[in-house]
Amino acid sequence: MNIFVCVKQVPDTETKVQPNGDGTFIETNSIKWIMNPYDEFAVEQALLVKAANAGSTVTVVRVGGVKDTEALRTAMAMGADEAILVEAEDNLDSYSIAKALKGAIDKSGKSADLILCGKQAIDDDCLQVPQILATMMELPSVSVIVGFEQDGDKVTVKREIEGGALEIYELNKPCILATNKGINTPRYASLPGIMKAKRKPMQQLSLGDVGVTADDRRVVYSDFQLPPEKPAGKKFDAMDEADQQKVVEEVVGLLRTEAKVI
Amino acid sequence: MANVLVFSETHKGNIKPVTLEILGKLEGQTVDVAVIGDLDDAQVKVLAEHGAAKVHKLKGDNLDKYSPEGYSNALHGFISSQSYDYVMTGATSLAKDMFPRLATKFDAGMASDCVNFLFEGDEFAGTRPLFAGKCLAKVNLQGPKPHFITVRPNALGLPESTTAASGEVNEANVEAGEIRAAIKEIIASASEKVDLTEANIIISGGRAMKNSENFSILDEMAEVIGATVGASRAAVDSGYASPDMQVGQTGKTVSPSLYIACGISGAIQHLAGMRTSKVIVAINTDPDAPIFTKADYGIVGDLFKIVPIMKEEFKKILS
Repeated sequence: MNIFVCVKQVPDTETKVQPNGDGTFIETNSIKWIMNPYDEFAVEQALLVKAANAGSTVTVVRVGGVKDTEALRTAMAMGADEAILVEAEDNLDSYSIAKALKGAIDKSGKSADLILCGKQAIDDDCLQVPQILATMMELPSVSVIVGFEQDGDKVTVKREIEGGALEIYELNKPCILATNKGINTPRYASLPGIMKAKRKPMQQLSLGDVGVTADDRRVVYSDFQLPPEKPAGKKFDAMDEADQQKVVEEVVGLLRTEAKVI
Repeated sequence: MANVLVFSETHKGNIKPVTLEILGKLEGQTVDVAVIGDLDDAQVKVLAEHGAAKVHKLKGDNLDKYSPEGYSNALHGFISSQSYDYVMTGATSLAKDMFPRLATKFDAGMASDCVNFLFEGDEFAGTRPLFAGKCLAKVNLQGPKPHFITVRPNALGLPESTTAASGEVNEANVEAGEIRAAIKEIIASASEKVDLTEANIIISGGRAMKNSENFSILDEMAEVIGATVGASRAAVDSGYASPDMQVGQTGKTVSPSLYIACGISGAIQHLAGMRTSKVIVAINTDPDAPIFTKADYGIVGDLFKIVPIMKEEFKKILS
């Protein structure tokens, strides 16, 4: 089985984001990059499927900046076999990224049996790429999956919707699935895994190699700014049991009369 | 004037409230609404009062329940027969899944989860949060039209006044086409609570909840004020709460009217996911916890003491 996993490299969740000079993106000079957390579930799922299907290979594909290759190295240290890196700016839009991923998968010469992605990247939070890729590749797909079972070519997945309700889908491979937290517990890369990953093949391509041009950009961002800070709120000390009733009465009263939310 | 179609998801025959938020903001444009399936006269009237010139009821086989292919094929067919500049909808689970597929059928771009927008002449200009709301940016779309936009529920607010339009009903036949990924079964959630992303009030628990059983004190207060219960990543990763309850950069981004954070210290990634809440109450024993920098009302105290008292106080004022 040829399994592809699409990963994105994003700033660590503890990053304090600062807009860059011309407001077209954020300052990326001193950022710690990590694999997009939702993509870790996709990599793990790919490795579980590989383990259950002898002779499978897992190829990770990423579109983005090439200064740091943390995300692909982590995926290979976890157990992926090889990587494809398509060099691009870090703020490419979803349509261009999906087109580049399709181009890279087509160019690999392997016919994909299963393509896994994280449900969303935690940088631009668009939740678009897996669905765009599926439409471009004309493959069936389900997003936001929290459960996966396979029986031959048939795949049964659980998709999470509002309020924790689940839709159970049945579909056949080849297909594209976008993983959510809860589907599995991603393994940590072991030290031997990290050493081995350094020798695994990583092919580097340009956007031109995969057929993407500047005309493919659909979404343009400008005026990046920090959200307005709220004025300081009111703080009440209720560590002492004697104050608790009074403080809570006051806060609940303010919620009604001042904030008017109750 | 831009020609705009608003797609409204329906739930048990009712349009989603976010549809009315969008219609209110679209005052001044030519606006139609489309639903898949039927809609009763009362609902059509509400749409008309909010400015819908036409209400399209799209009907066809295999559209009784959602499927990514069926819905996007049906809307693609219908929209292709019309001449809309923009197609908008609320950023619900269904729309987040379906709209990127629909946009791609037109080779068109899509702006996800906008929290505000306006029209500069006939051109859409939106505002959307990135990095879970750590920053905001202006978003414009280019390339083939129509352009597609989803709007975050609760972000715009319901309009204070509305301008009515005719709300003329049009029934159109649409084709679901080939459906390769179909829903076999739906498992309802254990609670009938509103989803976190649409909730008006949220009570969240953090690591200080200590275990999953203790979340019952939050459930009890939630019952009193009609809130949905959420959790921090620390609480989810410790197994105190299920992943679908997680608020933050790697969970759900929420903007309720009232957010009550109980025993949550306020890691950057949590603050990012809830900072747009209109009013924030924080309860924490650590007076220096970062959550207090975002709280309108901070209570330095033990949540296990404060929450039960608060529940009783809410009961008093609501009775």
